[in-house]
Amino acid sequence: MRALVFFLVAASVAAVPAYASEQHPTLADLANEVICPTCHTTIDQSSSPIALRMKAFIRERIAAGDSKSEIKDKLVAQFGESVLAAPPRSGFNLLAWLLPLVGAGIGAAVLAILARRWRRGRPESSEPGPSSNGRAALTPDLDRRVDEELARFDA
Amino acid sequence: MARRGKLILQMAAVSVVALLISLFAWQLATKEQARGLTSALERGETPPAPAFTLARLAGDGEISLASLRGKAVVLNFWASWCEPCKEESPRLESAWRRYRDQGVVFVGIDVNDFKGDARKFVERYGLTYPILHDGQGSTIGRYGVTGFPETWFVGRNGNLVGARIQGPVNDSELNEYIRRALAES
Repeated sequence: MRALVFFLVAASVAAVPAYASEQHPTLADLANEVICPTCHTTIDQSSSPIALRMKAFIRERIAAGDSKSEIKDKLVAQFGESVLAAPPRSGFNLLAWLLPLVGAGIGAAVLAILARRWRRGRPESSEPGPSSNGRAALTPDLDRRVDEELARFDA
Repeated sequence: MARRGKLILQMAAVSVVALLISLFAWQLATKEQARGLTSALERGETPPAPAFTLARLAGDGEISLASLRGKAVVLNFWASWCEPCKEESPRLESAWRRYRDQGVVFVGIDVNDFKGDARKFVERYGLTYPILHDGQGSTIGRYGVTGFPETWFVGRNGNLVGARIQGPVNDSELNEYIRRALAES
């Protein structure tokens, strides 16, 4: 219960700046999410003429009160979806977001299955395990003989 | 059942790898095709001009290269933010006015540009030849355009002729290559 409350509070705290960035974006919020079509880097890393023009366009739209999504939509209308550094989370592009998660899930499942099989396949052994120095532990018989020898030595 | 599942997984994995290899090969082939056009022109060959269909900047319909078959075409790639394009535009407009009644079409392809900026540019320089908008730059990959302005010449038969002009085109290049494009049938 405590964990759930903590999670909800953390999610709310994280959502506030995201909401503010969506409604009242800054140039910095968008400049690292928009690609310069001639130099193929994000526009915050470019000073090419078109990147400078795109930054000016973003400033104009921010001043006009557009949200982050609206500005992105306007850029996509001009330059196509390739202008976005990350594909939108809708339609066919959703695959780009889901496939890595699916891949990671499948990988985790395969690892879990392999680990389980490996654990099951380990032979049950009555032999004593290795000692702390990495060598085989003494058998009870050898242990008894060492004790005897030590006792004789002490005597 | 387990064997069948394993087989399906293996087939899926092989399909994904095959798809990735095909995409890579397609990308390489496109780049090679663009590079090949320049080499072919340098050898004096006349390779087919890569096809395209683009919307007019003014918003009134589309133009495809195929629809211009039978005419000599001057293809000029430009953008409103390109400084040398400002120097070149009056020369292109003047040549267009000289040649438009002789079976020659000038086509400006505005690439990687804001439509509003491009319209202002067209108005400012009084361009009257057809201007197409390629915001996504889909044509520059096919033609291997690396900078603006860049000009190509297409013969009446739809094949490229002459040379690829990188940078502002001059009058003697225009006259020479338009003559060759008109002769190509």
